[in-house]
Amino acid sequence: MWTVLEGSVAIAEAVRRCRPRVISAYPITPQTHIVEHLARLAADGELDAEVVNVESEHSAASVVLGAVATGVRAYTATSSQGLLLMAEVLYNIAGLRLPVVLTCANRAVSSPINIWNDHQDAMAVRDSGWIQLFAEDNQEAVDLHIQAYRIAELTRLPVMVNVDGFVLTHAYEPVDLPDQEEVDAFLPPFEPKVRLDPDHPLTLGMLAEPHVYMEARYALNEAVLGSKEVILQVQREFQERFGRSSGGLISVDAPEDAEIVFVAMGSVLGTIREAAESLRHRGIRAGVLKVTCFRPFPGEAIASALRGTPRFIVLEKALSMGSGGILANEMRAAFYERDRRAEIISVIAGLGGRDVTVAQIEEVAQAVLQGERGPVFLGLDQRLLAREGTS
Amino acid sequence: MPGEKLRLRVLTPGHRACQGCGQALGVRLALERVEVPFIVANATGCLEVFSTAYPYSSWAVPWIHSLFENTAAVASGISAALRALGRGEVRVIALGGDGGTADIGLQALSGMFERGDDVLYICYDNEAYMNTGVQRSGLTPPYARTTTSPAGRVRLGNVRPKKDMLSIAVAHGVGYAATASIGYPKDLERKVQKAMGRRGPRYLHIHAPCPLGWGFEPEKTVEIAQLAVQTGLFPLVEIEDGVVTGVRKLPKRLPVEEYLKHQSRFAHLFTSEEGRKAIAEIQAIADANVARYGL
Ligand SMILES: Cc1ncc(C[n+]2csc(CCOP(=O)(O)OP(=O)(O)O)c2C)c(N)n1
Ligand SMILES: [Mg+2]
Repeated sequence: MWTVLEGSVAIAEAVRRCRPRVISAYPITPQTHIVEHLARLAADGELDAEVVNVESEHSAASVVLGAVATGVRAYTATSSQGLLLMAEVLYNIAGLRLPVVLTCANRAVSSPINIWNDHQDAMAVRDSGWIQLFAEDNQEAVDLHIQAYRIAELTRLPVMVNVDGFVLTHAYEPVDLPDQEEVDAFLPPFEPKVRLDPDHPLTLGMLAEPHVYMEARYALNEAVLGSKEVILQVQREFQERFGRSSGGLISVDAPEDAEIVFVAMGSVLGTIREAAESLRHRGIRAGVLKVTCFRPFPGEAIASALRGTPRFIVLEKALSMGSGGILANEMRAAFYERDRRAEIISVIAGLGGRDVTVAQIEEVAQAVLQGERGPVFLGLDQRLLAREGTS
Repeated sequence: MPGEKLRLRVLTPGHRACQGCGQALGVRLALERVEVPFIVANATGCLEVFSTAYPYSSWAVPWIHSLFENTAAVASGISAALRALGRGEVRVIALGGDGGTADIGLQALSGMFERGDDVLYICYDNEAYMNTGVQRSGLTPPYARTTTSPAGRVRLGNVRPKKDMLSIAVAHGVGYAATASIGYPKDLERKVQKAMGRRGPRYLHIHAPCPLGWGFEPEKTVEIAQLAVQTGLFPLVEIEDGVVTGVRKLPKRLPVEEYLKHQSRFAHLFTSEEGRKAIAEIQAIADANVARYGL
């Protein structure tokens, strides 16, 4: 059914159709509207879920941990400081192999405090063992949530669906919301093999000493790597049932002989697509490589795409302090491991909600074609830096 | 004991607790008489470590350990899931040490209490962070020596009184809150039964001496626990719906020295004039407990 909805409401409606039985969250902008909508549905008897209003994100994550361990589907959502406060629990959920689904309405991280969008929050927990998917628009946000439960339950891994705060969560867009029956047919009831049950007592969360810990971590890594197949399979199943392609690992929109390709995640891809089209009109063979799944990292898929392209501009909304662009560096590693040579130019953009414009992206492309090697910090205010200094 | 009904096995033998561990005894006393099915959520700490080294588990009931400070929230999640599953007959019991309960886990516990979640939370109070090597917690008693509150030339160990967890629980409107001691097994078991007879958040605070951390011989655990009660330093109290309904009276109360002198964590108090004054202060705490609860 096509409707114009706020992103948060669309996400909440998608989550509702996945029938979570326990929902727990803590208020933080820009995530809040999602759980507010779910709470309203539960209050009206339109959603049969326990809503647990906790005193912190640490407890929100812990509540869904306990709920999924007891054998029910659960949901939580957060942003920024909330995700960082959850970090300890996120690692724990992944290690326990609990298929929790979490929405991260991506937001910058303090200090300085800033409620606007970037991807620093999600990047901070990238090594935790969670599958991390990024939505480009609200339709994809809807679709990824429905896929997330299926992927999580098939892999016994938690899935974080990343949705750009404000840019998507607060934007009104037409979305095609699947009917409940369609979602039910796509997502069977949750039937975990491992659960806390007095009829079959199990010990979960044991102490692992040095002679076994490494194997446990190795196994988790293998599971996360192996989830790529499941993510692709779920993408196919989704397309068959709902007739549209969303999810998966990456998607490429570029001419065969592209001379310059932008790589990015999330809503900024909309702006990038426009810039690429405009460049093509001006005779520059530009393309776009979208990374939908950041964890597991689709290194093979990225490195084997667009084999003839000599240069990639990786535009990302996060930064590893003291190192550089995270996606750019992972891409370089993926290329190096496969003996592929290409220029990978790192562009850090849009931190803390700074606008990224079509004109800026075109300018960067022109500069790169003239030899710019980066890293580029898009749209830095040099006067402000000169006034305040950098050290 | 001969003639006694066969007990449900909860924490089976073969675990790695130290000799004379008050906590290991406490778990058995608390849980073995619970006849309804239940799930345990356990905080990081000695109990979790000594009972679940992979691939061996001593737990014969469903058991989960997540982290140090989130046990009350994990228990809330289990309880919510059981509600969703319509399995109201299954109960949830959370276990945490004094550090995991009164310090780092207090926020999650407060949330669990305030939300009215259906969980019996049991704190095993051995009066320090034992698992990490006897560091001071908010439940370490005054003048006890720990590795982070050592007795030195100018300081006499821990300076602050024990955090009043019972009052904190009661202030949240918890329906049943009580203290118990492994030195009084019948009383402890009775309190667990009573707590399990109610729903909603409940709190049981069990005094559980630690031979290693407190410095006494392992065979004295029960005796030390009894002395804490008999001196008035650890009052056994029961509070239902905000009203004190049970108090263990002390007709033959002992002076606090009788308790302190067996434990090396208080040994420094017996060698100086300042130590003597400290003992007098500890006596005053016991006297205040007696006056407060009418022991
Ligand atoms: C967030 C966090 N901080 C610190 C620790 C280290 N730690 C593990 S157990 C423990 C002490 C536990 O003390 P208590 O709760 O009193 O239980 P006990 O071991 O004395 O039974 C500490 C400090 C941890 N696991 N997690
Ligand atoms: Mg302790």
